[in-house]
Amino acid sequence: MSNVLVVLESRGATLTHASLEALTAAHRLGSPITVVVVGADTAALASRAAQHNVARVVRVEHALLVSYSADAWTAALDPLIRAEEPAFVLFPHSYQARDFAPALAVRFHQMLVSDVVAIDAGPVFLRPVYEGRLLAACRIATAAPGFVSVQAGAFAAAEPGSGAAPIEIFTPDLAPSVLRTHSGEPFRAGGSAVDLTSAARIVSVGRGIQSEERLPMVRELAEALGAELAASRPVCDAGWVSADRQVGSSGQTVAPRLYLALGISGATQHLQGMRGSGCIVAINRDPDAPIFEVADYGIVGDLFELVPAITRALRSA
Amino acid sequence: MKIVVAIRQVPERGARLRVNAAGNAIDEDGLQWGPNEPDAYALEHALALRAAAGGEVLVLSVGPERASSVLRDALAKGADRAIHVLAADLDALAVARILAAIARQESADLLLTGLQSEDMGYGQTPVLAAGLLGVPHVTLALDIARTEAGLRVTRELEEGWRQSVELPLPAVVAVQAGGIALSYATLMGIKRARSKELRTVAATELGLALEPSLVIERLTPPVKTRSTQLLEGAPDQAAAALIAKLRNEVHVL
Repeated sequence: MSNVLVVLESRGATLTHASLEALTAAHRLGSPITVVVVGADTAALASRAAQHNVARVVRVEHALLVSYSADAWTAALDPLIRAEEPAFVLFPHSYQARDFAPALAVRFHQMLVSDVVAIDAGPVFLRPVYEGRLLAACRIATAAPGFVSVQAGAFAAAEPGSGAAPIEIFTPDLAPSVLRTHSGEPFRAGGSAVDLTSAARIVSVGRGIQSEERLPMVRELAEALGAELAASRPVCDAGWVSADRQVGSSGQTVAPRLYLALGISGATQHLQGMRGSGCIVAINRDPDAPIFEVADYGIVGDLFELVPAITRALRSA
Repeated sequence: MKIVVAIRQVPERGARLRVNAAGNAIDEDGLQWGPNEPDAYALEHALALRAAAGGEVLVLSVGPERASSVLRDALAKGADRAIHVLAADLDALAVARILAAIARQESADLLLTGLQSEDMGYGQTPVLAAGLLGVPHVTLALDIARTEAGLRVTRELEEGWRQSVELPLPAVVAVQAGGIALSYATLMGIKRARSKELRTVAATELGLALEPSLVIERLTPPVKTRSTQLLEGAPDQAAAALIAKLRNEVHVL
């Protein structure tokens, strides 16, 4: 029996999609599967979680868990893991899990096997390295528990089934002094956000553009296509395109009918924001760029020749 | 304030990567190397904090001999001194043990580093180091300011949200790229760097447990999720072919 714990995440009263994907991945590692919900009042989340064909649901509940903090989450989950002695503990590879799961793992003299996209027999964990240019097959060399985070979109989300798993409450012994950091309310960066999520066509530009002076040709193409302009993170960081047009896990997640990626290499964080697009066209100088792994059409070549050529072709047709 | 900045040396962006004969690492022959980008941002934050609040910036790199070049660059940009811990192929936990040991040795107030490396991408070394040191941490930092009680950090959340976090020192902050402008070394900086201390120590001399927690068995090209149709020819031909496909086959125009 290799007991697997899955730490689910919620947004409001719903379990996140990425959490339910981590639950699917857990089925590849063993059973029984226990899912964990964390918060100050987790009754509604727990009853939702209980419908997902799991052996048990544990509500880790405490007043200090009313909002997320790495310190409280780590202190609350540590005693649960010691009591449960799971073979594996799984998390979605979200910003939140990346913030606390390694702190939890290190308490067990472990690191987190992060960003896992597939699990083979062994278990052998597959994870992207070198910004998605290669895939590493890894094996955990230490004793249980193994700590694993699962990349969003790599597994299908677990669907609710029939029946309801038993629900237990675990009350960690937390003192207010456990909280060493104090977080303010989340706020929106910048002013009004451009909504790219409803765009039918997007022309997105990456590092390959090289300088701000080259942007007008991209804008012209976007205009000729009737497309919204978007950009990858480095272009927004440089201030060439405003941050509210950033696509990726730190920006917007888009799914237009046409996504034209210009000079975008395709780092994981970018792919997560656009892989659901209908038709993906990639133009890049580097034939090994990971963007070609998700592209339907690709042109390997010089952006500065190809972009004006496509604009001309559109206008003349 | 004493700040330790950990900088990892990684292959230069866009380098052609080949897997070595053993199949479990990249072939380093002919590769160009540079600093991991989020770590370069961590250095800028450290220099800005020193400018605002005073103190010392110590740069640290764990890696083989070639890694000393990122330390020389950092000294040229204004870091005060450097420590190079000689080691090869360590996983995130082993590197975190080294960072924590040096931060402790140096009685650092702040350990700053990028949130993720562009090579192995474990995305956790600073958080592991904070756990080992028993100090608080903040990840995804875009802005770091000194306050009376410690630090105020603006951190990035998902989908364009941000959050302000207050924390006491000592602490570990994992830096996200983009929150501050990157600087370049000046000629004067490069000249000054020559007289700055760059100490080299072998990882094995630190008395730490550095055996692997995670073993990479093989590296392979990633699995393609879609089959890409490559359009070839001169720019005008390729462009015309693309428009024809989008219009007549995909019907998105």
